[in-house]
Amino acid sequence: MAETHERSPSVIDRYYTRWYKTDMKGRSCEDHCILQHSNRICIITLAESHPILQQGRKIKSIDYRISDGCSRLNNKVSGKSKRGGQFLTEFAPLCRIMCTDDTEYTIFSCIRGRLLEVNEDILKRPDLLLEKPSTDGYIAVILPKLEESKTITKDLLTREQYEDVVSKRSTQPQESL
Amino acid sequence: MMLSLKDKDRPVIRKLLAAGCCGRCILRFCCVGKYSSYQQSCEDIHKALLAFLSEDDGEQSHDASGEAEMGDPPCKKMKLDSPQPSSGENASAEGVSEPKAQSGVCVACVGVLQHFCDQSYAKQVSEVVRKGEYQFDSLMLAVSLPAQLSVREHSCWLHIKKEVKEKSMCLDKEDMVQVKDAFKWAVQGLVGKELGASVLTNSAFEVSVGFAHPETDGDCHFLATECPDCFKPTKNKASVFTRMAVVKALEKISDTKFLRHYPCPPVSPSSQCTPLETTCLRASVFIAGRYNKFSRELPQTPWVIDGERRMEGSVEELIANPLLSAFKADGFNFCSSGREDVDVRTLGNGRPFAIELLNPHRAKFNKAEMRQLQETINTSSDKIRVRDLQIVTREATSRMKVGEEEKTKSYSALIWTQKPITPADLDFLENIKELKIDQKTPLRVLHRRPLAIRQRLIHSMSTSYLDTHHFTLQLRTQAGTYIKEFVHGDFGRTKPNLGALMETEVDILELDVESVDVDWPPAVPE
Ligand SMILES: [Zn+2]
Repeated sequence: MAETHERSPSVIDRYYTRWYKTDMKGRSCEDHCILQHSNRICIITLAESHPILQQGRKIKSIDYRISDGCSRLNNKVSGKSKRGGQFLTEFAPLCRIMCTDDTEYTIFSCIRGRLLEVNEDILKRPDLLLEKPSTDGYIAVILPKLEESKTITKDLLTREQYEDVVSKRSTQPQESL
Repeated sequence: MMLSLKDKDRPVIRKLLAAGCCGRCILRFCCVGKYSSYQQSCEDIHKALLAFLSEDDGEQSHDASGEAEMGDPPCKKMKLDSPQPSSGENASAEGVSEPKAQSGVCVACVGVLQHFCDQSYAKQVSEVVRKGEYQFDSLMLAVSLPAQLSVREHSCWLHIKKEVKEKSMCLDKEDMVQVKDAFKWAVQGLVGKELGASVLTNSAFEVSVGFAHPETDGDCHFLATECPDCFKPTKNKASVFTRMAVVKALEKISDTKFLRHYPCPPVSPSSQCTPLETTCLRASVFIAGRYNKFSRELPQTPWVIDGERRMEGSVEELIANPLLSAFKADGFNFCSSGREDVDVRTLGNGRPFAIELLNPHRAKFNKAEMRQLQETINTSSDKIRVRDLQIVTREATSRMKVGEEEKTKSYSALIWTQKPITPADLDFLENIKELKIDQKTPLRVLHRRPLAIRQRLIHSMSTSYLDTHHFTLQLRTQAGTYIKEFVHGDFGRTKPNLGALMETEVDILELDVESVDVDWPPAVPE
């Protein structure tokens, strides 16, 4: 018997707005998805069209150390005001992901804000990133400044615009590498 | 007239009269502790003092009030300004000192004890109290005096210190009667009679009077340069010269230093003090009870974002508004044993709450009236219901918060599962007992709470199968557990979560609080 059950809006549908950054830093198809909660907190995730999630890729390693001197793993926040969290700009790298086919991708912040946490679970279980990219496989949680919470998304695409970009890609032949 | 003065008070009295002290202040400096002495009129006290001085023949040692005076050796006594013993009641014959005290403003109390201890002032205060329409059968009087009175008091004390020490070495400045007390002894009986209430040292109903004397505000200023430590600016005080700070500085400053900067005795003021507005304050009344919340569109407290109201009404307003109007209170503070989200109902016996009603003009309600009030709340809205409504003490309200963390809460949740389920798929949940979970601060509250991982206990779960994608989950958990996050996992930030236990994506569609196991307030029999 066919499952006819329609699911009601999910947690993300109910409380978050989906924003997208496509072709991050001019890198073809490296799309990010930013989930913004109504309380302004943002979750950075891979968009479903990101190359890591294509062609049955496997993940070899994830590294939150973005340079010799800086690791997102050292980020610590304290108190209600989240003192001590690293302040990120749009192009701040969050982590590098190496796939088993030796392709490497950098995931970026996409928005300005204070880094609250990174997802350490994906270090132990990289498959989470592939299985649940928009929930348990999130990359990081960022808190935009209160006064910037409305403006940080102005350079991002809405869900509709994103779908439009992705569908246009598939109708025209991709540039071969 | 009985003033309870002793022979050895005479030198003190003479000096203070000459300095320009009023009669009541002189009684204060003579440590007269008899209330009734202060209740005479200013003129009568003054006359009696003069009469007392005139009785003195320099030899006899007897008590002016007729009380026996014990063991006082004959005094060396007054070299200075000895009065004419024969002058009797004739005030003008009393020499240089006398007229000053009678007509001028008192150098010690700047008029507080001269012009504001009579029937007409008591009437004036009572009139204001009556206008407040408070319900009370007792009251306490609070008096606020300008800080510089302490400086003037200190100067007067230094002026008579020698004479007082001759009277008795043991007497110190602290033994003198305070202006505040003398004022109360003189006037509070009059106010009480006027209002038909008893005046107590401690009552829930406080009537505050006060006085200001701008002319002498500068009296304190030299202390700030001498004892800067005592006068640190504080946020909510208009002036650094608070009474407390001035008293502290006076304790620190040496007599020599004080005398170098301040006249002794103090300079006579040219005007008397002015009364401040009389204000009334009834101590808060605390009301406790339990509430049910039947709506999924009602926040517990007003929901305001960016200064704009997001939803009409709130649990606290629905409960508090009828209470505010019945108790005629100025405002309220609401607190409860935990709280539920806007979309969560609270069923069962309800959630304990307490409301502090600020400055209630009416405070006495009997059981029948409280029941009526509960009924008023319950008929005013079908979104909430209140039970066990009762007046409690402030202390009792803390019992609502005691051991809150350890308390058990019972919930009922409507769960959706992505994978189709059969009743058998749910059986294993019932076997899980005392499940430890680690919850990171939920994302939905992370903007206003610190980031932390908290361990919580799911004591037990039971289920009722509904259809292939839905079931009802009953949970008994430690208070403080975030149920919604336990179900959907909050991006994997609560571990383990129901989705992980069931190995499928799950969501929580509805949540009800079934019971809050706090056994306070006590049940009120219907
Ligand atoms: Zn006086």
